[in-house]
Amino acid sequence: MSIEEIDSTAVPGVVPPALGEELLSVEGLVKHFPIRKGLLQRQSGAVQAVDGLTFNVTRGETLSLVGESGCGKTTTGRLLTRLLEPTAGKIVFEGRDISHLSEGKMRPLRRDVQMIFQDPYGSLNPRHTVGKIIGAPYKLQNVKTEHGVKRAVQELLELVGLSPEHYNRYPHEFSGGQRQRIGIARTLALRPKLIVADEPVSALDVSIQAQVVNLLEDLQKEFDLTYVMIAHDLSVVRHVSDRVAVMYLGKIVEIADRVSLYEKPMHPYTVALLSAVPVPDTKRKGNVKRIRLEGDVPSPINPPPACRFHTRCWKAQDICKTTEPPLLQLAPGHQAACHFPENQPGGESTIPVSTAQAK
Amino acid sequence: MFAYLVRRVIGAVVLLFIVTAVTFAIFFQVPKLGGATADDLASRYVGKSAGAAQIHETAVRLGFTDPLYEQYGRFVKGLFVGQEYNYGPSTEHCPAPCFGYSFLTQQPVWPDLVARLPVTASLAGGAAFIWLVTGVGTGIISALRRGSVLDRSLMSVALAGVSLPIFFTGLLSLSIFSYGLGWTVAGGTNPMDETNPIWWAYSLLLPWVTLAFLYAASYARLTRAGMLETMNEDFVRTARAKGLTERTVVMKHGLRSALTPILTIFGLDLGLLMGGAILTETTFSLPGIGQYAVIALRVNDLPKVLGVTLVAAFFIVLANLIVDLLYAVVDPRVRIS
Amino acid sequence: MTENQDSVVQRVQRGEAFLDVRDLRVHFPTDDGLVKSVDGISFQLERGKTLGIVGESGSGKSVTSMAIMGLHGRGGARITGEIFLDGQDLVASTPEEVRLLRGKRMAMIFQDPLSAMHPFYTVGAQIVEAYRVHNQVTKKVARKHAIDMLDRVGIPQPDKRVDAYPHQFSGGMRQRAMIAMALSCDPDLLIADEPTTALDVTVQAQILDLIRDLQREFNSAVIIITHDLGVVAELADDIQVMYGGRAIEYGTAEDIFDSPQHPYTWGLLGSMPRIDRERTERLIPIKGTPPSLINIPQGCAFNPRCNYAHLNGGASETDRPELLDIGSGHKVACHLSPQQRQHAWETDIKPKL
Ligand SMILES: Nc1ncnc2c1ncn2[C@@H]1O[C@H](COP(=O)(O)OP(=O)(O)O)[C@@H](O)[C@H]1O
Ligand SMILES: Nc1ncnc2c1ncn2[C@@H]1O[C@H](COP(=O)(O)OP(=O)(O)O)[C@@H](O)[C@H]1O
Ligand code: SF4
Ligand code: SF4
Ligand SMILES: [Mg+2]
Ligand SMILES: [Mg+2]
Repeated sequence: MSIEEIDSTAVPGVVPPALGEELLSVEGLVKHFPIRKGLLQRQSGAVQAVDGLTFNVTRGETLSLVGESGCGKTTTGRLLTRLLEPTAGKIVFEGRDISHLSEGKMRPLRRDVQMIFQDPYGSLNPRHTVGKIIGAPYKLQNVKTEHGVKRAVQELLELVGLSPEHYNRYPHEFSGGQRQRIGIARTLALRPKLIVADEPVSALDVSIQAQVVNLLEDLQKEFDLTYVMIAHDLSVVRHVSDRVAVMYLGKIVEIADRVSLYEKPMHPYTVALLSAVPVPDTKRKGNVKRIRLEGDVPSPINPPPACRFHTRCWKAQDICKTTEPPLLQLAPGHQAACHFPENQPGGESTIPVSTAQAK
Repeated sequence: MFAYLVRRVIGAVVLLFIVTAVTFAIFFQVPKLGGATADDLASRYVGKSAGAAQIHETAVRLGFTDPLYEQYGRFVKGLFVGQEYNYGPSTEHCPAPCFGYSFLTQQPVWPDLVARLPVTASLAGGAAFIWLVTGVGTGIISALRRGSVLDRSLMSVALAGVSLPIFFTGLLSLSIFSYGLGWTVAGGTNPMDETNPIWWAYSLLLPWVTLAFLYAASYARLTRAGMLETMNEDFVRTARAKGLTERTVVMKHGLRSALTPILTIFGLDLGLLMGGAILTETTFSLPGIGQYAVIALRVNDLPKVLGVTLVAAFFIVLANLIVDLLYAVVDPRVRIS
Repeated sequence: MTENQDSVVQRVQRGEAFLDVRDLRVHFPTDDGLVKSVDGISFQLERGKTLGIVGESGSGKSVTSMAIMGLHGRGGARITGEIFLDGQDLVASTPEEVRLLRGKRMAMIFQDPLSAMHPFYTVGAQIVEAYRVHNQVTKKVARKHAIDMLDRVGIPQPDKRVDAYPHQFSGGMRQRAMIAMALSCDPDLLIADEPTTALDVTVQAQILDLIRDLQREFNSAVIIITHDLGVVAELADDIQVMYGGRAIEYGTAEDIFDSPQHPYTWGLLGSMPRIDRERTERLIPIKGTPPSLINIPQGCAFNPRCNYAHLNGGASETDRPELLDIGSGHKVACHLSPQQRQHAWETDIKPKL
C-alpha cells in the first residue's frame, strides 16, 4: 500500500525512536498574548494563555489535555504543532529543539506533526474536491507516491471509512462525521508520527462520535500513531487516553496515567471536574454527594496569585494564596500541584471518587 | 471610552492632514511631473501678453519655484491665519480660512464655498431624510413580507433605482414634472434666493426626490437583507418567547440591530454628498459645491478644485468620526470592551 | 354518574394532563421537498414533573419545543395535531392568544445564552421587558423584580449586575440570567432546549442544580431537551427518545436507563463512553448516519442502521412501527417481539455497556 511506502523519516539523520521512547518533550512552555490599551496602544498586560507547561509524550501513547474552556488547551496544541511561536520554554521533538524553528525549517517537520481541528467544515476548503483536499499535503511536501496521488488518496478514503468514489465530491455534500473523516484522512496522508487533535469529536452526535473515536483508535494501532488529544468531555477522555493532563488557567495542575487519575484524582480541581460529569444512571440521581465549584474561571489576564485555583477551591488555606504549589510526583506516574492533595498514597480519601461508587 | 474618543478625534485630524497633503501634492506636483514647469503654471495667471521674464517673476513671487513642502506649509498656515498673494502689480489678501486663491477670478475660494455650501447641504440633507424614511421603510416591509408579491415588486423597483443613473432619472423627471406638467421649477434657480422656506422646498423637491430615489433603492435592499438576517437571530426568538408583540419584536429588537450597519453607510453617504452632489447639481443646475467643482475643472482653476476637494474630505472624515462615535453609543460592546 | 361521565368527556377533549401533546406534526415545505421535522408525537406532562427529550441533532427536538411555544411563523410551518396547555389547545388558538401565554404560562431557555440575549440592552432591561409584557407594573417595580430574580438564580451583587450588558457576563452567568428572564412571570411550563450544551461541565452542573431547585420552588412542569443522556438522567422523570422526527421510545427514566427496549436507544447507550463503569475496550457505535427528514426511510426510519431489522420478516422495511405500550406506560416503536427484545438486551447489549 502506497501510504506505507513513503519514507517515514522526514528529517534525515534522525533515528526515529522506538515504541515507548519519548517522542516529544515540553519544558516550561509559555504563551502570552499581549493586550494593548489606551491612547498609545501600549502593552498593558497579557493573556497568560499558557504559562509554564512541562510534560512529555511517549511514542505510541495518547495524552489528553482536559480543562474548562479558556484554560489554554488549543493554544498548547497550536504551540506543539508550531502554528504559534512560544513566548518562552522549549519544545523538543525527536530530540530536536523546534521551539523557534523558522517556517522554512519547520516544513519537513510538518509531515511528522499534524493537527486535526474541531470544526471539520471550517477547516476544509469548500471549493476544493475531497480528492484535492486530501491530496494537497503530497503536493505541498513534494512527496512521490508509487501509483500516483489519486490512488493514494483513494486508499486513504477507504482507510477512514469513506468510499473511494467520494474522490470528486465537495465537503458540503458530507455530514459532520464524514467531514471529520476527511479531515483525518488529510492528516494521515503523510503518515505523521504525532497528531494533535483539538476536540476532534466534540461537534459530533453521540453515535457518530463513537465511530470517529473507534477510527482514531484503529489508526493509532495500525500506524503506531501518537496522539495529543484535546477534549473537554471527561468520559471520552477516559476512553481514549493512556495519560491525562488536567489544565487550569494555563497550567497543568495534575498529570497521571488514566487509571490513577480517574480512580485516585489528587488535585481538588480534578476531583471537582470528575464529580460534575453527568452520568446516565438514574440510581445516582440525588443521592451522590457532589462537589460543586462556585463561580467561574478567573480571567487569564489577571490570574489569582500562587495556586490559581484558590479562589474556587474548598480546601484552600492561607498558604495557597501565597506559595505556588509545584507539580510534584506524589505517586508512581502521578503528578499534582497542590498543597493539600486528595487521595495521597497512605493518606485517607476525603472525597468519594466518581468511579469508585458505580461498580 | 474617553481614550477611544480622543484616539478617534486625533486620528481624524491626522487623516485630514494626510488628505490635504496628498491632494496638494497631486494638484501642484503632478502637472510638473507631466513636464510643466513652475513658469508654465504661472503663465496661466498672468496675461497672455506677458513675456517669459515676467512670467518667471510671477512664478517666484507666487512661490511656485519653492520646494513643495514649503508651498504646503504656506497653504496650511493660510488655512489658519490667512495668506498674502504677491501678484505682481498688486498684493491680494486671502483672509483666515484661506482655502486658496483663484488667480483666474482673482478671488479667494473660501467665500465661494461658504456661499454654495447651503445649497449642497439643503440638497443632501433633504434627500437624505427622504431616502432614509422611504428606503428603510420599504426594506422593513419587504423583509417582513418576504417572498410576497409586494416584496417582489418593491425589490424590482429598487433594482431599477440602483441601476439607473441620476442624469437619466433627473432629466426624465425634469421633462415630465417641470417642462411637461409644470408642477415644479425648472433647473437653474437658487433655492437660497429667497428666505421663504416654501420656495426653498418647492425648488428643491425634484432634485431631492431624484437623488433620494437612487439612495432609497440601495437602502431598501440593504435594510431588507439586514432585517432578514437579524430576524433569524436567536435574540429575536427570545424576544418572541417572552410574549412581546410582533411590533415590539420587529421595531425594538430586530430593527435596532439591522440598522446599525446602515448607520455607517448613511454617515459616509451623507458626508460624501456634502462635498458636492456633482451629477444632481449639474443636472438640475443647482449652484452648489459640486457644480462649482465642475465649472472650475472645466477652466482648470486648480485652487478652486483643491478647495472643494478639501471640503469634501473634511465632511467625509467628520462623517466617519461621527459614525464611529454613534456606533459606540448604539452598541455597548464597542463602548465597554 | 352522568355528570361524572361528562367531565371525563370534557377532560379528554381538553387534554388529560397539564400539558397534553397529541399527534403533533410539524412539516416545512421547502424547495427540496417536504421536511417532516416532527411527524406525529404525543406525550403528557404534569406540573412539578420533568420530561427529557433526547435524540441526535436534526431529530426534531427543537422544532417540537418551538411548536409548543408557538414560535414557528405562520408562513413556514404546517402544524397539525393538538397541544393542550391546561386545557387550551394552542394549535387551534389564534397567534395573539398564544402570544399572551408565551412568557407568562410557558417560557423557554435556549442553548447559546450569548446569542439568545440582545447585545444592545442590559440584562436588567431584558428581564424588565419580559416581566412588563404580562404585568401592569411601573418600571421601578419591574426593576426590583428583576433584581430579585437575578438574586434567586444565584448572580452575585444582583443590584449592580442588573445594569450590565450580556457580553459582560460569563457563559454560566448569562444562562442564569436567561433562566431569571424565563422565570420572571412564574410560568407553569419551562422548556429548556439544550441549556447546558454550550457550557463547561462544572458550570453545567451548577445550571442543572439550579433548574432542579427552581422547579421544586415554582412547581412548574419542565421539558429538558438535550442530546446528552447524562443530563436527562440528572433531571428527568420521564424520557422520550426521538429519531427522525418521531418518538421511538418513551418511559420513565428508570425504564430507559435500566431496561431500554428500542435498538436505537441501545445504540445511543453503547456509543457513549461511561465514566461510571469499567472502561470498555471499544465503543459500539451505531452504523451509518441519521436520515434526511425529506427522505425518511420506508418502514422503520431506523432500519438502515439497525442490527435487528432482519429479524422481522421484512416488516422493518415496509411498515412503520407504532409507539405501543409494552406495560406500565413504557412505550416502544419497534417490530421486535418482546422475547426477541429481551433476548437481545440480555445477551448482546447489557453485558457490553
Ligand atoms: N490569538 C489570541 N489572542 C489573544 N488571546 C488569545 C488568543 N488565542 C487564545 N487567547 C486566549 O487565551 C486563552 C486560552 O485560549 P484557548 O487556548 O483557546 O483555550 P481552550 O482551547 O482551552 O478553550 C483564552 O483566554 C483565550 O481568550
Ligand atoms: N424553518 C425550517 N424550515 C425547514 N426545515 C427546518 C426548519 N426548522 C427546522 N428544520 C429542519 O427540521 C429538522 C429538525 O430540526 P431540530 O428540531 O432543530 O433538530 P434538533 O433535534 O437538533 O433540535 C432539521 O432537519 C432541520 O433542518
Ligand atoms: S493548593 Fe490549596 S487552593 Fe490550590 S488546589 Fe491545593 S488546596 Fe486548593
Ligand atoms: S422496527 Fe426493525 S428496524 Fe426498527 S428498530 Fe425495530 S428491529 Fe430495528
Ligand atoms: Mg479550544
Ligand atoms: Mg436543537
